[in-house]
Amino acid sequence: MRSWKRWHRDARRHPLSALVSLITHLAALCTVLILGFLVAYILINGIPNLKPALFSLTYTSENQSMLPAILNTCTMTLLSLLLAVPVGVGASIYLTEYAPRGSRLVALVRLTTETLSGIPSIVYGLFGMLLFGNALHLGYSMLSGALTLAIMILPLIMRTTEEALCSVPDMYREGSFGLGAGRLRTTLCVVLPAAVPGILSGVILGVGRIVGETAALMYTSGTVEKIAGLMDSGITLSVHMYRQASEGLYTEQAYATAVVLLALVLMINLLASRLAGKITKGRQA
Amino acid sequence: MSNTFTVKDMNLWYGDFHALKDVSLDIPGGQITALIGPSGCGKSTFLRSLNRMNDLVQGCRITGDIRLCGEDIYGGMDVNLLRKRVGMVFQKPNPFPMSVYDNIAYGPRTHGIRKRAQLDEIVERSLRDAAIWDEVKDRLNRSALGLSGGQQQRLCIARALAAQPEVILMDEPTSALDPISTGRIEDLALDLKNDYTIVMVTHNMQQAARISDRTVFFLLGEVIESGETEQIFSLPKDSRTEAYVTGRFG
Amino acid sequence: MEKNTSQALRTLLAAIREKGMALVFLLAALVSILCVGLICVFLFANGIPAIREIGVPEFLLGRTWKPGNDIYGIFPMIVGSVYVTGGALLLGVPIALLTAVYLAYFCPDGLYRLLKPAVELLAGIPSVVYGFFGIVVLVPFVRTISEPLDGKGNSIATASILLAIMILPTIIGVVEPALRAVPRSYYEGALALGATHERSVYTAVVPAAGSGILAGIVLGVGRAMGETMAVIMVAGNQARMPKGIFQGIRTLTGNIVIEMGYAAGLHREALIATGVVLFAFILIINLAFSALKRRDAA
Repeated sequence: MRSWKRWHRDARRHPLSALVSLITHLAALCTVLILGFLVAYILINGIPNLKPALFSLTYTSENQSMLPAILNTCTMTLLSLLLAVPVGVGASIYLTEYAPRGSRLVALVRLTTETLSGIPSIVYGLFGMLLFGNALHLGYSMLSGALTLAIMILPLIMRTTEEALCSVPDMYREGSFGLGAGRLRTTLCVVLPAAVPGILSGVILGVGRIVGETAALMYTSGTVEKIAGLMDSGITLSVHMYRQASEGLYTEQAYATAVVLLALVLMINLLASRLAGKITKGRQA
Repeated sequence: MSNTFTVKDMNLWYGDFHALKDVSLDIPGGQITALIGPSGCGKSTFLRSLNRMNDLVQGCRITGDIRLCGEDIYGGMDVNLLRKRVGMVFQKPNPFPMSVYDNIAYGPRTHGIRKRAQLDEIVERSLRDAAIWDEVKDRLNRSALGLSGGQQQRLCIARALAAQPEVILMDEPTSALDPISTGRIEDLALDLKNDYTIVMVTHNMQQAARISDRTVFFLLGEVIESGETEQIFSLPKDSRTEAYVTGRFG
Repeated sequence: MEKNTSQALRTLLAAIREKGMALVFLLAALVSILCVGLICVFLFANGIPAIREIGVPEFLLGRTWKPGNDIYGIFPMIVGSVYVTGGALLLGVPIALLTAVYLAYFCPDGLYRLLKPAVELLAGIPSVVYGFFGIVVLVPFVRTISEPLDGKGNSIATASILLAIMILPTIIGVVEPALRAVPRSYYEGALALGATHERSVYTAVVPAAGSGILAGIVLGVGRAMGETMAVIMVAGNQARMPKGIFQGIRTLTGNIVIEMGYAAGLHREALIATGVVLFAFILIINLAFSALKRRDAA
């Protein structure tokens, strides 16, 4: 009430400022409303459609079960992380702990990493199809998809790991070197453990991208609605949802899939931000 | 008494900056040698050359001759073994973010000791020698970051002792501590000098006078004077030393 | 004596391990270079011959895409991508920038702790979910309002609105930190001259964050242009020159996904060539983005 009065007073004195302030607030409100509406709309329409049949062990065109797709998503996530995390963490270790300052190579690695992070997923999809599917004869398979996604999330893993390693105070490194530990032991036993929360939050963001990915997978891991092994073609949840939504016959089921996807993303984000919070708290202590 | 370190005509550059100029110095064993001088005089840089911590600084160049018990430390010596023999305690207590036990065991493990019983023994002995055993014996498995600043610094000393060094370098080890903790560290240093050679950088003139046997005065990258602590503080030969120890500058 | 040899052996082993792992880390760092190299090689090797066969002007500027008749002109798709991206920027950028300003300078702390994670969450929602939202909400909505103009639900307008929503979190995520990074003294200096809060923010702080804002917009362009699934779900996907903002369109990304499933021979290569063109667009945008970021850091 008081602020309303103040606003009134200020508005008379500085009408332009008041207008600008109003527009700014409206824009923010607009953002919140659009996005809130999106989430709410999908939850309200989707939750009643979450039926047990959607979680049957095998998919048929009648039950539209998403369980195989969920399991495939898990496989895909694990496989991609297995490929991307060691490489990404290793690369970041080289960049922060080993590379001489001002090295040309580091500049080139940074440039290519930035390039990778901007490439649209459909281009990754094309590339994965050409290299893994055709040239390496992996065909439509979970492995093709995972290799493609591993490259896609590599820049994300590298960026977050690098940030995490850089934020480890130098005094830990000095302490370890001062005890006669080599660079390897210092890095693996002191620096890396201290950076784990930051690395994990990057990994979790990577999981988010894998779970949400569609375009890069359609022509690499394919669209077979079955629980897939390493060399089989298998659909993931996002691709499953695309199929349902674009065919136009299974809108209700698509709503339900959307709810599951949203819930996954929400969980992933909460986890990541909790970890990020842990890091900032750790730094203050 | 034999010299632990003999330094001859040592010069050090950070890029173009000539940080240490023609330093020649003997550091005798079994004593506390204090390095004093105003900020930026090169005393910390000198200290860090004794266990080659300056190797980590890019653009750092060293010429001259530094010998540890007769061995050229910048010659064929393995740098990690050198740092095992020459331990270091830093200005700011820097325990690793792990348990008290793992902090102390870090050095021995680095140098190949894996047996639990042997580690247990080293950990206890090091903590006792650093006069902190009674305070941490019930919390060996808890994080070292939960200790107070003074305890952390004694833990760091214990950690250095656990590597079984011959020399301990201390880089202003009490500047981040309160007076009571400072007193404890000083007592500890006096105890330790029977078994170890100690080289300590300090800003605190009283501290140098209280605990050191020998004092070296640095100014602008040069050693101005070195000698028995008593002599440096009561009968300095150089007027600049006199001016510094009597507090006229610095 | 024996102790000395074992010590020497240990030192040697340690040195080998050090060198070996340093090499492993170096190799890991080279992977990203290798990947970019491979992506270029495979796309260009598969796409360029097709472009050559079709003819550069015919491919890039040809207005007809009829794979059945071996006519491959992707100009309609280029125009489609540009239109849709332009529309998304027109709608999304003002709202995103104002929201970023709000978050950085107008938002109470308590609300900020709620809004910031919400915006981050929205950046993480999969594009299919956005696309689905487009199908069930935006398409009917646009169909209704454009009915008098004989408009369609699946149209440039719908795709633009949807992409505008999708790039909001992207732009906000870059611009808000850039605004916060502006030294407090700019703001206080303006206040001290008697300017209002609003005036200080918009005349002193916002211009100072210029390159950060530009970087956010460029990133938004990249995201909008590269977006695939959400767009094909609402854009109509007719491979023809646009006939109005309430008519359907096909984008470069859409072209690839829609036809790749059944294409063969030159058709397939033409689709890969479409990917090459898209890749080139994105590379240019990325270079602009990193140049801006570097200027920002300097």
